[in-house]
Amino acid sequence: MALEESISEEAAEELARNETPARRSGLSEFWYYFSENRGAVAGLVVFALLVLVAILAPLLAPHDPNIQFDNAQLLPPAWTSGGEWRFFLGTDAVGRDIFSRLIYGSRFSLFIGIVVVAIALLGGVTVGLIAGYVRGWLDTLIMRIMDVILAFPSLLLALVLVAVLGPGLVNAMIAIAIVLQPHFVRLTRAAVIGEIDREYVISARVAGASPFYLMTRTLLPNCLGPVIVQAALSFSNAILDAAALGFLGMGAQPPTPEWGTMLAESREFILKAWWAVTFPGLAILVTVLAINLMGDGLRDALDPKLKRS
Amino acid sequence: MLQFILRRIAVLVPTFIGVSLIAFSFIRLLPGDPVILMAGEHGMTPAQHAAAMHALGLDKSLPLQYLDYLGGVLTGDFGSSVVTKRPVIDEFFSRFPATLELSICAMILAVGIGIPAGMLAAIKRGSVLEQGIMGTALIGYSMPIFWWGPLLIILFSGILGWTPVSGRISLMYYFPTPTGFMLIDSLLSGQEGAFTSALSHLVLPAIVLATIPLAVIARQTRSAMLEVLGEDYVRTARAKGMPPRRVVGIHALRNAMIPVVTTIGLQVGVLMAGAILTETIFSWPGIGKWMVDSVFRRDYPVIQGGLLIIAIIIMLVNLAVDVLYGFINPRIRHT
Repeated sequence: MALEESISEEAAEELARNETPARRSGLSEFWYYFSENRGAVAGLVVFALLVLVAILAPLLAPHDPNIQFDNAQLLPPAWTSGGEWRFFLGTDAVGRDIFSRLIYGSRFSLFIGIVVVAIALLGGVTVGLIAGYVRGWLDTLIMRIMDVILAFPSLLLALVLVAVLGPGLVNAMIAIAIVLQPHFVRLTRAAVIGEIDREYVISARVAGASPFYLMTRTLLPNCLGPVIVQAALSFSNAILDAAALGFLGMGAQPPTPEWGTMLAESREFILKAWWAVTFPGLAILVTVLAINLMGDGLRDALDPKLKRS
Repeated sequence: MLQFILRRIAVLVPTFIGVSLIAFSFIRLLPGDPVILMAGEHGMTPAQHAAAMHALGLDKSLPLQYLDYLGGVLTGDFGSSVVTKRPVIDEFFSRFPATLELSICAMILAVGIGIPAGMLAAIKRGSVLEQGIMGTALIGYSMPIFWWGPLLIILFSGILGWTPVSGRISLMYYFPTPTGFMLIDSLLSGQEGAFTSALSHLVLPAIVLATIPLAVIARQTRSAMLEVLGEDYVRTARAKGMPPRRVVGIHALRNAMIPVVTTIGLQVGVLMAGAILTETIFSWPGIGKWMVDSVFRRDYPVIQGGLLIIAIIIMLVNLAVDVLYGFINPRIRHT
């Protein structure tokens, strides 16, 4: 889904130009600004809990996520009439414990987010660094290619890519990474263009630093602020898009306990078994919300232009 | 101004070529026999196969094939569906009004609620109201709409029984559809209850599709408004005793709308992505559902053509937004 609050190339450049030299005196200043945003701290707590749940899934889950219990199909949650306490959030159409599946599903969502963002970020930052540093025809070519990718609605392009590559979680992740990557290219390129004529860069160049050193050691650390904020946004987008592809039957395939796939499987029972639809979606919403809250906090802490407002 | 528009169009040309290259190469990347992929023919003799290759122009070199393809696209020939054998462009236009009607209604909801909500949040800065609005907006922004849709169905169709679950209108109505917009056609038909039926089918999908654009617009309006409210000319207007309502409504709003217009334009892509999910949930017979169905049917010419047509529409809308933006903000024209 194209949730990105995307900014145009020109706007990104403008932003980078206006950026005052950041006072980055380390982690404590970051934490000072980040912790001022109570929502961000709440998001961080929820996210940390999710990471714990994902790591400890085998210890926390009461059942194996793929075991089908006989005579326990579509049992409602424990607190409603007909529910059983051994299936806290009820069971799905083939008698699997929804609670256990949700716990294991957190592993997939976090894994998807991490892998997709890692691919998009590494690729996007590298390409953006080169485009911004080299300029000229290579820059033009790269930016036009990024325009082309951005001309498609992200979910549609991901859907078609998965149609080419074949349905499955890995292909879905590749497709989403390709779709998210242009945002990193634009931001990095704009930041590089904003920094490259600064005195510290020129002095490093005069001192004889190689282009590789200039790009990776001199420029990159000073361009990371907006990229980190974008990474948080992309993390939640990746989780949403992967779940959407799962929901469309093009992402993770059954019986994988991926939240979007779980939703797709229970769609036909929507009016009969509300719990089978409600809880996987709630898990997606809470995860995405927590990450977006953190993203807002990161923006407050890392973006000097917005810090004032 | 004309120069500005021409320059914007010139920038579109390489993007269009890139987009058409992607659509073109998409089918050639697929494993399998191109004749089967493009024409859906099975069990042919080698001679028939060669004839089909020739008829489809697949025996030419790749650059020539691309030029053929581009020529077809520029004259409105996007190939034919493997399943229905109808031209892709006809199939597209028979479904497009459904998506357009849904998208327009969603956009009306998103703009009509999003802008006032964002303004209110900016004016009442620091209040519980602002926190409530912005909290709700963030939830909307984080919403998996493929879950939100089913939730609304459970509540409004399942428990309350107010709205139907799928389709555009009840099967008991049948009338000609000259405009393709069910709301208008049902009114024109003069059949009693037809309009109400069409409306009740539309409400839930429109809400679902509007959710994310609404949240984005509300957030953007608030931040644009906050920025403008701190400007000198707003302070001047206040200082000379202008009533707050006029300050906000006339001086601040008009300037705050500039970035919001861009945001609204960017939502077209969001709407298309949302339409894929919303139309699938509500069995809404539009472009989004058409694309998903085609992916499942492996109707590759439709996927290829649909992908390209949608990208072209989005490019044109973005062009229109750029031009509009240059129109309301003269500074942009001269950069």
